[in-house]
Amino acid sequence: MLQYIARRLILVVVLLWIVSMVTFGIFFLIPKATHTSTAALFAGKAPTSDTIKEIEVKFGLNDPIPVQYWHFVEGVFVGRDYDAGASRDHCPAPCLGFSFVNNVPVWQEITSDLPVTISMAIGAAILWLLAGTAIGVLSALRRRSFFDRAAMGVALAGVSLPIYFTGLVLLSLISYKWNILPNVHYVGITQNPLSWARNLLLPWISLAFLYAALYARLTRAGMLETLGEDYIRTARAKGLSEQRVIGRHALRAALTPIVTIFGLDLGQLLGGAILTEYTFGFVGIGKLSVDAIFRQDLPVILGVTLFAAFFIVMANLIVDVLYAFVDPRVRYS
Amino acid sequence: MRRGSYRRRTLVHAGVAVSAIALVVSGCGGSSSGGGGGKPKAAANVFNAGVTGVRNVSTKTGGTLNLIADGDCDYYDPARTYYGHCWDMQRLFSRGLMAYKPEPGSAGLDVVPDLASEAGTSSDGGKTWTYKIRSGLKFEDGSPITSKEVKYAIERVFAGSVINGGPTYVVSFLCPTPTNSSGGCDSYKGPYKDKDPNHLGLSTITTPDDQTVVFHLNTKVGDWNYIMALPASTPVPIAYDQSSKGGAKYTFHPMSSGPYKFASYSPGKSLTLVRNTNWSASSDPFRKALVDKIVFTVDTNDEDIDNRLINNIADVDISGVGVQVATQSKILTNPTLKARADNPVTGATRYIAIESKVAPFDNKDCRLAVQYGISKVDFQTARGGPIGGGDIATTMLNPAVKGYTKFDLYPDNNGAGDVTKAKEELAKCGHPNGFTTHMATQSTTKGKAVAAAVQNSLKRIGINVIIDEGDAATYYSQFIGAPAVNRQKDRGLMYAGWGADWPTGYGFFSSLIDGRKILPQGNSNYSETNDPKINQMIDQAVGTTDPDAAAKIWGDVDKQLMSEDATLVPMTYDKALVINSTNVTNAFILSSMLGIYDFQAMGKS
Repeated sequence: MLQYIARRLILVVVLLWIVSMVTFGIFFLIPKATHTSTAALFAGKAPTSDTIKEIEVKFGLNDPIPVQYWHFVEGVFVGRDYDAGASRDHCPAPCLGFSFVNNVPVWQEITSDLPVTISMAIGAAILWLLAGTAIGVLSALRRRSFFDRAAMGVALAGVSLPIYFTGLVLLSLISYKWNILPNVHYVGITQNPLSWARNLLLPWISLAFLYAALYARLTRAGMLETLGEDYIRTARAKGLSEQRVIGRHALRAALTPIVTIFGLDLGQLLGGAILTEYTFGFVGIGKLSVDAIFRQDLPVILGVTLFAAFFIVMANLIVDVLYAFVDPRVRYS
Repeated sequence: MRRGSYRRRTLVHAGVAVSAIALVVSGCGGSSSGGGGGKPKAAANVFNAGVTGVRNVSTKTGGTLNLIADGDCDYYDPARTYYGHCWDMQRLFSRGLMAYKPEPGSAGLDVVPDLASEAGTSSDGGKTWTYKIRSGLKFEDGSPITSKEVKYAIERVFAGSVINGGPTYVVSFLCPTPTNSSGGCDSYKGPYKDKDPNHLGLSTITTPDDQTVVFHLNTKVGDWNYIMALPASTPVPIAYDQSSKGGAKYTFHPMSSGPYKFASYSPGKSLTLVRNTNWSASSDPFRKALVDKIVFTVDTNDEDIDNRLINNIADVDISGVGVQVATQSKILTNPTLKARADNPVTGATRYIAIESKVAPFDNKDCRLAVQYGISKVDFQTARGGPIGGGDIATTMLNPAVKGYTKFDLYPDNNGAGDVTKAKEELAKCGHPNGFTTHMATQSTTKGKAVAAAVQNSLKRIGINVIIDEGDAATYYSQFIGAPAVNRQKDRGLMYAGWGADWPTGYGFFSSLIDGRKILPQGNSNYSETNDPKINQMIDQAVGTTDPDAAAKIWGDVDKQLMSEDATLVPMTYDKALVINSTNVTNAFILSSMLGIYDFQAMGKS
């Protein structure tokens, strides 16, 4: 198992290296395609050529591309100094670059916005995983019952409705019409845990409604397939309780695809839940990346892309490792 | 000053524009030496009450003012910010030598002394300006504010690689040697590279004593008191700015000289201001500092912002760009909500620049064909109609700018376009069947909509317009800011918006039509207008210290531009529909701040 994890970690590093090279290319392709100067993007409105030259020196934009990339990689591990004589900025490791717009290390921007995204993603993930699998199991056990049909109907609606619709309806009814959860805004968990949960409830429900629907359908399909397997019949024939047959044998096997998709979904959400953040007015990684795109803040685009890629590949790795625990048929050697 | 998708800024509301202009023209609007903060003109809570008067007049102190917007300020460093509403925010914690008078209507266009005990005076017709600073002023850390901190603040603007983003007029006028071809100053590079051990090496600003600062300009500038009302004249403590917290990081906690100071700031998310105990009301000519705390929160959902304002959860949307289309209908159809709303002119003129170096627009008759043939009504509709979009424009100078004179040289059926007359002009310019040209526009929803409106209206006279879309973030500075590229790409028409950095003709026109300011990059004279007569009139107006006489010249510049050059087609004077919570007191539109409310005057009921 350890060997397997080590092998996969090496692959993770290789993948991130490739992603970093590709996204680093953005630095040179975008300004070339739009006939703009990278330094001018940093320099604000109508900069003089002197200012642009100084910025090019400060950020090493005149160096050959491989040298610039090397400095970038070096910065990730040991930090970096941006020096232009009078103005010296230190970017500590892991330095993912320096924001053109906010003039701060990209890592600082990401870590500042990350708690919002993590709070939304983790809470919603717990909700949708519990609700989705529970509904899926119950639907499978009561196949073609009223509950099954109603649950799957709601699931279909959940998958079909975009998050900005569900979110706005929830905000409109619960926040503004009924005043049950007024003034939804992000509060840090360390500031006030109760307020944190209260304010995140609507984003959690919106996200969970979208994802739980899919998980319910997947769980139901997996359970129906598994319940028809020979080993389930054998388990029942051996006299095991129905609870044990469902919980220990049927559900574990049905969970394998759920775990796979859960890892990907969670990884993706941690890379930024853009629509949810915009709908509820939260400022997380999604907002950071959209703002960076609009402002052509290339270092932030690069940093967030790498960051999101890291979450997704790590989530994949964790999922693969979890297989061994979830599904008794999987063994890594 | 930036606001939304246009560059720079100006003032006032159309409903009061006529009276405002009358005041200005008759010489009643030009005082710059009086104090502000007189008795507020209370207004009943009806539609547009905050444009001409003050809503909910009150002296009640205490409470928290909750500000909101869909984005953070560009910078809080007074030398770097260029967003109109952020200049307004600066009034809460920054005090410059001069400031805009805190009054609604045309009075808000005037500047009054702030840190200075009286408006700057010039003994040589506008080349040397002297200011006396009030005594006993302190920064939030208790250190004294002297003339040296004012000089240092101005010096920072010269350090382009560190302090960039804001206006750089002071560099042009205070560079000890002529500025280089790109507008930079070779002889002084700012206080971070200063050879003077005290970082006060700029020879063109002298400080004979702690209370006196003298500016030795390289040319006569009649508007210098307005330039000193820009945030960059806010003093900056030297030791603090030279420390690790200063320079490019100063924006994260500018040292307050005003009634409020930074308590916490989370970039892109929120800002909390609390009372600055080292500020004294007795030293301030107009700020009342009614509330105890000001919290500004970024909310990414514009619809949610509108709901928060309507439901009194948030107090003011500082961006001033106006409510969303759906909310606009809701407000206008609900008498209670409408009575809470204001619809000020934001001070910007939307226009189409005709590139005079791109054939066939090098022929004036072809330009006149566009002046007559374009449909301003369709353009107005594409921008959101009379309420959300603005009033139809017939002059480049905005009604809110001093010097505005109403005229219409190209009558076009109330903005619908005069196709017959346009075709006549086309025949005169040798293209009776029209021609094909390119038009630059922003790749935003409104940018696309207005380009389509122009395309359709010019199609009626046979001009085939091909639309080139550019990214909004770099549209002005780079997409249409390089004349050579525009010529190469055959861009005969360019969509643009313009508001002055201060509400005078110079603030409005200086970069827009001065032929000597056509830059290879970052150019703002998109039409490449270079009329010797206009250039000469600009010089004459710039050197005129009498505001009324200068205003008259600017009005003439506008007429000369429209009649002889016809290189710019004024389309609309921007307007926005705005609403506050009912808890806000002393709310009025500050004309000089892009038609945004004066935040510093506000209290809570």
